[in-house]
Amino acid sequence: MATASGGSEFVDKFPDEAAIVKASFLIAFVSLGIGAFFGLIQALHRTDVLRVIDSADYYTVLTGHGVLLAIVFTIFFLCGVFHWAIARSLDRPAESALFSWAWVGLMTTGTVLATVAILGGFVPNLGMSADVLFTFYAPLQAHPIFYIGLAMFIVGTWLSGADWFLSYRAWRQDHPDERIPLQTFMVLTTMIMWYISTLGVAVSVVFFLIPWSLGLIESVNPLLTRTLFWYFGHPIVYFWLMPAYLLWYTVLPKLAGGRLFSDPLARVVFLLFLLLSTPVGIHHQYLDPGIAEGFKFIAMTNTMFLLLPSLLTAFTVVASVEHGARQRGGKGYLRWLGALPWRDPAFTGMALAGAMFAAGGFSGMINAGMNINYLIHNTLWVPGHFHLTVGTAVALTMMAGSYWLVPQVTGTKLYSRPIGLLQVIMWFVGMVFMSNAMHRAGLAGIPRRTAEPQYQNFEFLTPIGSIFELRVQIALGGTLLFLSVVLFLFNILLTSLGEESDRPVDSYLPEPLSGPEGSPRILDNLAMWTGIAAVLVVLAYTLPLAGIIQNGGGLFGGGLPVPATVSAGFDLVMTTVTSAFNTLWGVVA
Amino acid sequence: MEIHAYEKLWLALALVLIVGFIGTITYGAAGAGIDMIDDKGGTVDPATLDQHPKFGDPGIEQNGENSYDVYVVARQFVFEPGTTEPLRVPAGSTVTFHVTAADVIHGFEVVGTNANTMAIPGQVAEFTVQFEEPGEYGMLCNEYCGSGHHVMEGKIVVMEQEEFDSWYEQQQAQGEAEN
Repeated sequence: MATASGGSEFVDKFPDEAAIVKASFLIAFVSLGIGAFFGLIQALHRTDVLRVIDSADYYTVLTGHGVLLAIVFTIFFLCGVFHWAIARSLDRPAESALFSWAWVGLMTTGTVLATVAILGGFVPNLGMSADVLFTFYAPLQAHPIFYIGLAMFIVGTWLSGADWFLSYRAWRQDHPDERIPLQTFMVLTTMIMWYISTLGVAVSVVFFLIPWSLGLIESVNPLLTRTLFWYFGHPIVYFWLMPAYLLWYTVLPKLAGGRLFSDPLARVVFLLFLLLSTPVGIHHQYLDPGIAEGFKFIAMTNTMFLLLPSLLTAFTVVASVEHGARQRGGKGYLRWLGALPWRDPAFTGMALAGAMFAAGGFSGMINAGMNINYLIHNTLWVPGHFHLTVGTAVALTMMAGSYWLVPQVTGTKLYSRPIGLLQVIMWFVGMVFMSNAMHRAGLAGIPRRTAEPQYQNFEFLTPIGSIFELRVQIALGGTLLFLSVVLFLFNILLTSLGEESDRPVDSYLPEPLSGPEGSPRILDNLAMWTGIAAVLVVLAYTLPLAGIIQNGGGLFGGGLPVPATVSAGFDLVMTTVTSAFNTLWGVVA
Repeated sequence: MEIHAYEKLWLALALVLIVGFIGTITYGAAGAGIDMIDDKGGTVDPATLDQHPKFGDPGIEQNGENSYDVYVVARQFVFEPGTTEPLRVPAGSTVTFHVTAADVIHGFEVVGTNANTMAIPGQVAEFTVQFEEPGEYGMLCNEYCGSGHHVMEGKIVVMEQEEFDSWYEQQQAQGEAEN
């Protein structure tokens, strides 16, 4: 791993890159603020504690919450972290600052368009809305600018990946025989996974949803667009997680006072995610008609094997943290825990996020269990689960990581460590309340994505506690989480307004205990791993997609024939995609 | 590649856990016989659902001794039957549900049970459940389907066999009278 040389801070060494990182973080944090406010409204509304909006508007709020947090906040933050990690670990600036601003600009424009379409849902006379939630399942229809904004955003992320691949190519020319620096390896494998998986949502949006929302085609095949969404919808989970993993592997051990345990195993973990992230999407469709049981079984098996890289991560991260504690004088089987820097919000936030990810992992194993999933499918259990994963493992790691990263790009010291510490603990406590109650409410059958889960015909029953108690916990937890975000934004804002410091933060990252030297070079053969990942996707998806198109009334539903213009467009895109893929392949190989 | 002894042990345990999970799920599918919702229900044209021989007038029909088919249409924001009229089934019967959606994607959940499926326009979800004791169940839509999603609910009434039979005969007679 390349290390920043002493005295020269990131912002001094790479001012252009620091500006890109700052811009990405700014958009991420604005989205976090709005999204969290929407979350507060929902937590109070659906528990019937406080209803300030009509129930019909609940779904506008929910769409905003999902899109702004799960897409805009997470991915803009990822872009910031990855841009930092590439410049830092390759020890070189991006090839073209203008190009970097181009993808920031494109992603921002896309975000603004999609957000305007969503917020339009609050103004009935506007005739513009996108109350379709984060999953935008057709035949629910949004205004065309929602889909167009989404497409621009995705293309922006493709360009950001190209930026990092170009940096890598330039670095490779100067360093023909070196191993890929670990952080760069993590960025590149994650982006290859992203290219493969976003193909699904791109096809769905560009070929079906945009023409359909513009009235160019009459109908869509709902099962097809839904399947294409989940082809992308599960790998996006790993797109959220990988920047958190990058921080856990390369930053958390240092914050704990030590260093990463094993570089080669970190590479193996990222490769496993590249291979297995995509051919699992059908596990979101266990209860979909029109998909044969065999395909669901294959998706289930792949999903279970996807536990492996996360279980390996648990080992490596805990071992690295323990090593750090022992370096700080920690002793005993468990007493070393007391030697960790618990007053550091960056450390404590990431450690709590990791602990909560373990709990989220276990509820995820239930979701992945094909037949037990019947009990909890589309109940409040599911958001209970992903508020532990994306909502804590990812979001809390990003917020905690910001306490260490933001000073590197602003050149100012963190405004307040105690407020930071209070903030991360508040998030953890708030999530304990909200998430455990959501899981239990799900077991009682209470549905997710519902403004008023209070019905005329029946009462929900819970074996332990009461439904009232669950509602109180959800409302209380949601309130704590919102206040935690307010504290975070306040702390970061004051940090960025602070005075410049020569040494805003200790940004040195030590080498791992076991370096990459001992590991086989084949780990760095990205072209080969890309090929295997593509083959796995083809195996998992060709037959189900063919079945859905053939039996579900064709590409567009309702048995309509494929218009000539559309089929010509298909050919054009296939050629473009193939040549783009070949170019990428050329850079990688 | 150097792998620490504890790391190898952890890796082995992780693999045992994973294979164990796959094993229990396979047992659930093959041994305990929990079928997945799949493609056996076939497809329908959502645009002409009203003329469909079964979904045109959805409800319950007997297909054998203690064995019934139930056709359910989910549409914004009702279940037919279920919302305006409860869905009536006899106790001690085996009921095969056929669920489809007329407009957008819906969910079909019998509250407090594992009867749960997606209802997708163009597709028919088919699954079989046993109703043992008389009683009532709630049903609800668990997939967001539009601004009135939260009012989409219904009721299943499990009746004593005799009570059900007289209701069923009355229904049949009414149906014939209308034809």
